[in-house]
Amino acid sequence: MADENYGRALVGEIAPGGTPLSMPNESPDDAELGPADMVVLDDRVAEPAPAPAVFDVDDLHVYYGGYLAVRNVTLQVARHQITAFIGPSGCGKTTVLRCFDRMNDLIPGCRVEGTITYHGVDLYGDDIDPVEVRKRIGMVFQKPNPFPKSIYDNVAFGPKISGAKKSDLDDIVESALTKAALWDEVKDRLGTSAMGMSGGQQQRLCIARAIAVQPEVVLMDEPCSALDPIATARIEDLMQELKQDYTIIIVTHNMQQAGRVSDRTAFFTAEVSPETEQRTGVLVEFDLTEKIFSNPSDERTENYVTGRFG
Amino acid sequence: MPDRSADPETGARVSLLERRPGGGGNADLTGLRSSRGAGRGDAVFGWIALGAGITVLAVLGLIALSTTKEALPAFQQQGPSFVWSNDWNPNQGKFGALAFIYGTVLVSFIAILLSVPVSLGIALFTNEVAPRRLRRAITYVVDLLAAIPSVVYGLWGLLVLAPAIKPVYESIAGTVGSWPVLSAVLGGKPDGKSFMTAGIILAIMITPIITSLSREVIATVPAQQREAAMALGATRWEMIRASVIPWSRSGIVGAVMLGLGRAMGETIAAALVIGSSAQITLQVFDPGDAMPAYIANQFGEASGTFRSALIGLGVVLFAITIAVNLTARSVVTRFDLRTKGV
Repeated sequence: MADENYGRALVGEIAPGGTPLSMPNESPDDAELGPADMVVLDDRVAEPAPAPAVFDVDDLHVYYGGYLAVRNVTLQVARHQITAFIGPSGCGKTTVLRCFDRMNDLIPGCRVEGTITYHGVDLYGDDIDPVEVRKRIGMVFQKPNPFPKSIYDNVAFGPKISGAKKSDLDDIVESALTKAALWDEVKDRLGTSAMGMSGGQQQRLCIARAIAVQPEVVLMDEPCSALDPIATARIEDLMQELKQDYTIIIVTHNMQQAGRVSDRTAFFTAEVSPETEQRTGVLVEFDLTEKIFSNPSDERTENYVTGRFG
Repeated sequence: MPDRSADPETGARVSLLERRPGGGGNADLTGLRSSRGAGRGDAVFGWIALGAGITVLAVLGLIALSTTKEALPAFQQQGPSFVWSNDWNPNQGKFGALAFIYGTVLVSFIAILLSVPVSLGIALFTNEVAPRRLRRAITYVVDLLAAIPSVVYGLWGLLVLAPAIKPVYESIAGTVGSWPVLSAVLGGKPDGKSFMTAGIILAIMITPIITSLSREVIATVPAQQREAAMALGATRWEMIRASVIPWSRSGIVGAVMLGLGRAMGETIAAALVIGSSAQITLQVFDPGDAMPAYIANQFGEASGTFRSALIGLGVVLFAITIAVNLTARSVVTRFDLRTKGV
């Protein structure tokens, strides 16, 4: 009980300071996008058959060495939808996200228990090649991380290592940059360094780079956290367009963003063990975004989305 | 205070501070102005650093000046053909040093050719592939190699490597026989003490330098860069090519340059195994000679113009080293400008 109260008090202090900062940018958008989103969501709810699941996560546990980082995550990711992972810092959102393309394999001591199936295939099966997994499941990171190469080479790298023909590369690069809403800005300077672009352009380049290998899924780990509101809005628009062709999972700290862009939302939180003070992430609730934000089933979700974190 | 309000930056800060809600109109601004004692540490540090920088330049300049002065008699006697004539005969006052310059360049080239792939391989292996425990063991052994005195390498080369490797050279030369191109490089009359043996010894000597420096550079490649490549479905090797090498390229070139500098300047080890027979030939299994090795072998007995000519060899060596370094630096800078935009 003492811990819980401490947590409340802490967030109570942060939230009033944080909300006014983001409100001026967020509220007009919300007013415009809100009703439109509702209509779309209502249509989907009316659909008799749910969208087919791309990922089926069953009782996932992730350990770093002996430390349990996330426990008991069960959820399904629907095809051609945007699934958002929200929750406070250190609740394991990113850890879970990185399980989908087996990026956690690269962290020494990381161990995954439970199952994640991708179209019914166990992603962590013995015969699964993580390199092939990552070709099908792309990833965009928190900080834009273009290679120190030309814009063209950044986008062409993925297709090249996937065995694309040299003669096709020009078309692939153009199409990926066009889909990432970047082509018009960079078509005259494809040979220049990607490091000279603005942060927002770099992030769109990273999205172009990810979709150039034609993955089925794009994982986005707080893709807008390093960007200003204008660049953020562009990425969010882009996600809506990409949704036609790709399944997207996005981790975000920004609840308004989750509300604006996603079809389904998973709310994670961290449980602090009273003895060891270790934080373990748990999935509190997973549902249609509209429901999470308007009528959540769990009190903790409600407290979080209304700004009263508990 | 009024005299400094003209400073636009300070002025702006003051007005901002005064407008701060709750700060009140009469904000305490005393701490803003630099007091007399503040920044003294910075000034002292600045002077010390400047002094150190100037010392390096001064030492370099004085070395260049004094050696050139000492070498002047030989340069004057021989003229510019010092660097392009192949006629070196101290008794007749002929100082055409081309064969020594050629030997130095060839041996260094062999050393770099052999050492760079091995060094980069070790650096990449320890950073990217090896498990932690093995990584530490390899690092330790490689660093230990750097601590062995060069005369030990030289003696080992002379007493162990040269006799052992001669049959290998002979077998290669025999196999190559009269093939075009290859027979011009790997044929000839193989000798245990040769360009190649000197190159091998130097390669072993510079490997720890290049390895440790490139290992340090490679360790600074951001994790995000590695993940960017891995997330696209890159294998480890593709990730190294896409992320690690471009990021650390300039540092690796710097490491190779330091290794090359060591190889070009190495005296005693090269002197023992190069064969001390100045000649210009493509046959790498033939004995040759190099500038530092020749200086080391001859300087004790030299006097007069001969001594001055030996110092002249040192000046030429110095100039070549600087030229190679500057060229490599400018190439790397241009490349970084193109790829990193910095």
